[in-house]
Amino acid sequence: MSSVQLFAPGHTACAGCGMPIAIKLILEGSGKDTIVVSPTGCLEVTTTRYPQSAWGVPWIHSLFENAAAVASGVERTLKVLKRDANVIVIGGDGATVDIGIGALSGMFERGHNVTYICYDNEAYMNTGVQRSSSTPYGASTTTSPAGKLSFGEDRPKKDLPAIAAAHGVPYVATASIGYPKDVINKVKKAKEIVGPKYIHVLAPCPTGWRFDGEKTIKMAKLAVETGLFPVYEMEDGVITKVKKIKDRKPVDEYLKLQGRYKHLFKDDFKDQVKKIQEIADKNAEKFGLDR
Amino acid sequence: MSQSKKDETIKLIPGGITGPKTTIVNKTGSWRTFIPIFNKEKCNKCGICGIFCPEDCITEDEEGHRHPDYDFCKGCGICAEECPKDAIEMILDSKEG
Repeated sequence: MSSVQLFAPGHTACAGCGMPIAIKLILEGSGKDTIVVSPTGCLEVTTTRYPQSAWGVPWIHSLFENAAAVASGVERTLKVLKRDANVIVIGGDGATVDIGIGALSGMFERGHNVTYICYDNEAYMNTGVQRSSSTPYGASTTTSPAGKLSFGEDRPKKDLPAIAAAHGVPYVATASIGYPKDVINKVKKAKEIVGPKYIHVLAPCPTGWRFDGEKTIKMAKLAVETGLFPVYEMEDGVITKVKKIKDRKPVDEYLKLQGRYKHLFKDDFKDQVKKIQEIADKNAEKFGLDR
Repeated sequence: MSQSKKDETIKLIPGGITGPKTTIVNKTGSWRTFIPIFNKEKCNKCGICGIFCPEDCITEDEEGHRHPDYDFCKGCGICAEECPKDAIEMILDSKEG
């Protein structure tokens, strides 16, 4: 617990949820002079169950699709009032990569001084684990279920950091809650840069990924250690910093621990594990992950 | 109903406004199946348990030892799993009443 607690206990996230850990770290980095906008999602329903709120900073709920637009308005209002605050959006992957991407693109394009942070749990967890475009290849969800003929999600994860960078956003970063100092530092760094910023934080979900809650941090680290979730920074569209991995682990060490990938270890779908390994290998090559 | 009475009864609140950090009324400790027991002798005061606690309910005393607030601890076990000194043990919780 930090000296000034900006996020109170008593929220109703599942035991072992990665999201509140991400929120704690983000607020540690952004500090008390922060205004948070959150779209619909697990974060909203678990931290602001009316008439209570877990937030120790001003927080506003937008619609599912328009958090980036609401944050743009907050930023512009502060400018008119000649007041200063760190405006951030914290939204899930559904609200960010699917439903809110239009408003987010507008916020990037207009160049608002807002840090947009996506906590990525790789599906719509709040409503019962439906796939999002951030759901990784091979994962079984209720709308990409594994079965006799289906190996689960058949499309790769949408690369939103690259989409953000393509907008000319000055600072884009990915992070994992398995590396808390890195998350805090990236939020601090984003605060110092004027203009739109995008940070994508991996936050494992014990309920949707189907693993025991105590393993959340292990999962957050394994996703990085296998190369499936590369951790890097981009400044003005150029990769400036990459978290290097010593002795990259094979992907099955990560996949085997999660119920959502259980079907891949049956004889029918064994080839799919190879395909996921290829995704990790490609990431390693693209970002130069191997040390 | 007269006009004046009508005005009194209709009050629109612009959205739901709540006070900061008011979730502390929810004692989520009741969710717990396993309870973390912190061993002072083994603890090296690194604070990793507190960094990763999803409830942020682990506090530090003057000596630097950590104490979970059992009112909020949901018993997820992340602290015990991540403790580098194995100073936290998860045991089956028992509740009275």
